[in-house]
Amino acid sequence: MNNVLVYCELSEKNTIADISLELCTKGRQLATKLGCRLQAAVLGSNVKAAAESLYPYGVDDVFLADDKRLSPYRTLPHFDVLSKLIQDQQPDIVLFGASSVGRDLAPRIASFLRCGLTADCTSLEIGSHQDVKNNKTYDNILLQMRPAFGGNIIATIVCPETRPQMATVREGVMKKEIFDANYKGTIIPVAVSPSLDKADKAVEILSREIEEQKIDIKGAQIIVAGGYGMGSKENFQLLHQFAHLIGGSVGATRAAVDAGFAEGERQIGQTGVTVRPKLYIACGISGAVQHRAGMEQSAKIISINTDPEAPINAIADYTIVGDVMTVIPQFMACYKNNLK
Amino acid sequence: MSFKIVVLAKQVPDTHNVGADAMNADGTVNRAALPTVFNPEDLKALEMALRVKDSIQDATVTVVTMGPPRAAEIIKDARSRGADDGFVLSDMRFAGADTLATSYALSQAIKQLGNVDIIFGGRQAIDGDTAQVGPQVAEKLEIPQITYAEELIAVDTKSITIRRRLERGTECVKATMPVLVTVTSAANDCRFPNAHRLLRQAKDEIRMINADNIDADMDRLGLKGSPTKVKKIENVVLAHKESVVLQPTEEALNELSATLIKEHIL
Repeated sequence: MNNVLVYCELSEKNTIADISLELCTKGRQLATKLGCRLQAAVLGSNVKAAAESLYPYGVDDVFLADDKRLSPYRTLPHFDVLSKLIQDQQPDIVLFGASSVGRDLAPRIASFLRCGLTADCTSLEIGSHQDVKNNKTYDNILLQMRPAFGGNIIATIVCPETRPQMATVREGVMKKEIFDANYKGTIIPVAVSPSLDKADKAVEILSREIEEQKIDIKGAQIIVAGGYGMGSKENFQLLHQFAHLIGGSVGATRAAVDAGFAEGERQIGQTGVTVRPKLYIACGISGAVQHRAGMEQSAKIISINTDPEAPINAIADYTIVGDVMTVIPQFMACYKNNLK
Repeated sequence: MSFKIVVLAKQVPDTHNVGADAMNADGTVNRAALPTVFNPEDLKALEMALRVKDSIQDATVTVVTMGPPRAAEIIKDARSRGADDGFVLSDMRFAGADTLATSYALSQAIKQLGNVDIIFGGRQAIDGDTAQVGPQVAEKLEIPQITYAEELIAVDTKSITIRRRLERGTECVKATMPVLVTVTSAANDCRFPNAHRLLRQAKDEIRMINADNIDADMDRLGLKGSPTKVKKIENVVLAHKESVVLQPTEEALNELSATLIKEHIL
């Protein structure tokens, strides 16, 4: 009762997906704040080892449903098992990844339980909420922050009256961190009901194609782009490390692509793709008008350039005057320090 | 018996084209100042529905939306592109609905249509990006769901085969009717409005449905039926645009990264 539950997704290798480990790290903080247990639900086939790998993240109890009909993920079998588990355990908070699995399963569960669900949260905290209309104060509830309206506003959402409080979070938004390498939790087996057979037959997977990740910068929320000023293909590797750290994608100018620093699919600008991320970090980019045409609608722009007069600086929210090869590692270190 | 297809659609503010007057002084959204559009992924859903209609005899496509009376515009648009019929769920009692209350109202309206074979909808709407209403309607109707559909592979009166997107790949799934399908932006673009169809229905009144018409429990509608409450709204992007020049000192970079994290940008 009244615990924090994380629904854990599995990777193609049948290990716990990164997004779920990130949620366990956040879940641990919430559970500690609330003085309750952190619990995880692992649904799959042959996943005992994966379930046990959760302990170092501070998970107290792992509900384990091991059945071959639960792998690979399909909506109805997972819905069947998880909805019963939640009804039985009555957690206070349930967290899901905002992935193709979490965004498929969580809304169906919320609809069934008639509880609130906040999608794509960027921050989760425990706090209180005052309802002016009812003159009622709710303590120790989940404050769920998310961008809305195309990223133009940040809304704080609460679900004061219904339980559980449910939220989804995108991969890379929360930090993944070992809580205690020697932490010991327990496995609680979950019986998989025979009624799964009906759910099992509803949707059949005919084939699956798992591909190497394609380069697709169009949908990226954060873009780290490099220009000719990066100097070499080797130096571009730093942009990949930077983008990986902050959950972004790497883009490039035409000059950088023509020089062979980056693949053509990464080209941004008039002859490449047009992007509108929430953050665009221009590294060693002078800012030709053709390039600006493809990125000037970005919500926030940071320019890192040795030339204080580079045209790109005119449209940047922040200009850092300096050499990218020293500024980026410095910024990465600062970012790591500041991450909650 | 005819084959019934429903498309769930939404008229949304065009969040990609927000102007300076898009926000009220108190931080709420000034909807009147925003142009509206047919939610892009709902148009993709309409196209997939029309393709099913093209390959099944006697199939009909009905578009269902919820919103103010002006949302009738998207029903007219959908009809000019090939939909047969459509109506707007419009009632002050629906106002303030979160995804749970919205999916309840939509599912009650769909129940009034009798046996529906397939329901299509966009994966998500650009004003909320939640992707919740589709799966929630499927749950309320107790039918299976296929989310993140990219391509219609095959369909007959009994079953549908869809290619759907995963994080790192795709999968082909087959479901038997009835089923609900949510469609992503990677699917085919919608066919254009047909001038003849547009003119023919120019004077038609679009049906408006209210809360009394859908056999609903009034406590489950609108703000009252919505478990999620907005505690606070902060305006981010439309705030005064600053242009700051920084020297690459430890202190300046530290402050910048802290600010970006605090503003939910990083």
